[in-house]
Amino acid sequence: MELANIENLLEKYFEATTTVQEEQELQAYFSQDNVAPHLQEYQPMFQLFTNLKAEKSTRNVPLQPRRKNYLKWISVAAVFVLTTGLFINEWNKQRQAEEAFEDFKTTMSLVSQSFNSGASHINYLTQFEETTNKIFKIENN
Amino acid sequence: MKQADFLHTVLPFKDKLYRLAKRLLVSNEEAEDATQEVLMKLWSKKSKIEAYNNVEAFAMTMTKNYCLDKLKSKQAGNLKLVHSNYKDENTSLQKEVELRDSVSFVHEIMEELPEQQKIIIQLRDVEQYDYDEIAKVVDMNPTAIRVALSRARKYIRQELIKKHNYGVS
Repeated sequence: MELANIENLLEKYFEATTTVQEEQELQAYFSQDNVAPHLQEYQPMFQLFTNLKAEKSTRNVPLQPRRKNYLKWISVAAVFVLTTGLFINEWNKQRQAEEAFEDFKTTMSLVSQSFNSGASHINYLTQFEETTNKIFKIENN
Repeated sequence: MKQADFLHTVLPFKDKLYRLAKRLLVSNEEAEDATQEVLMKLWSKKSKIEAYNNVEAFAMTMTKNYCLDKLKSKQAGNLKLVHSNYKDENTSLQKEVELRDSVSFVHEIMEELPEQQKIIIQLRDVEQYDYDEIAKVVDMNPTAIRVALSRARKYIRQELIKKHNYGVS
């Protein structure tokens, strides 16, 4: 690589008009040992970029947050099922009680009906008693 | 998408995420945390990954945003980033030491740059992205990126020359 060319590229580099390829050429030039003395002050700059590119992440990334998610949704579903179950149970009990009450009411009204009809027959009995009383009154007098 | 496929798409640019995070957050640990966080987020969105035509640029943008948020919250909390990754200086050949010294000096200069320029320098000079790819990550048009890049490079040069002439003049 000619020196003039490098100087030219360097000029373009600071105006940010170089292409990636030209910048790679510059980097290659500055990473070798015989750099022209008047350009040596730029060497650390390119050296730094080379160094920085060598840095690597050393930590592995754990990737199992998926299972936790499932567990969360399962618990939510379980709570939902439990509460609706309790609610339906409670509602069922109430409905059964209401049904029993209705049954009881109809039987009671049936009982009272027959009771009433029985009571109306008792009226005849009182009639009978009155007449006997009349008779007894007469005899007592 | 299976875990193996995911790793296959993600691993090639994992180090790039780490380096970008490290540039912004300085500390190794913080950068590892940021990388992990971004990859976890990507993993949780893995069903949508296929829809993005450029996963790498997307991940880089996520990293950038995550780090900037982190920096903002640190500033708000009046905390400084703590890092323990100082280099141990071995005594070696004079020239090599000098070069290493000035390399770490350039590193210091780079840390003085504003965040936006830091990101652009990182993407261009370290990762060798082209302008279109950088544009996706930093959300700027290529001309503005060129201007910022030129400014950052010139700033580094100016500081370097200042240091170079320090003993001379």
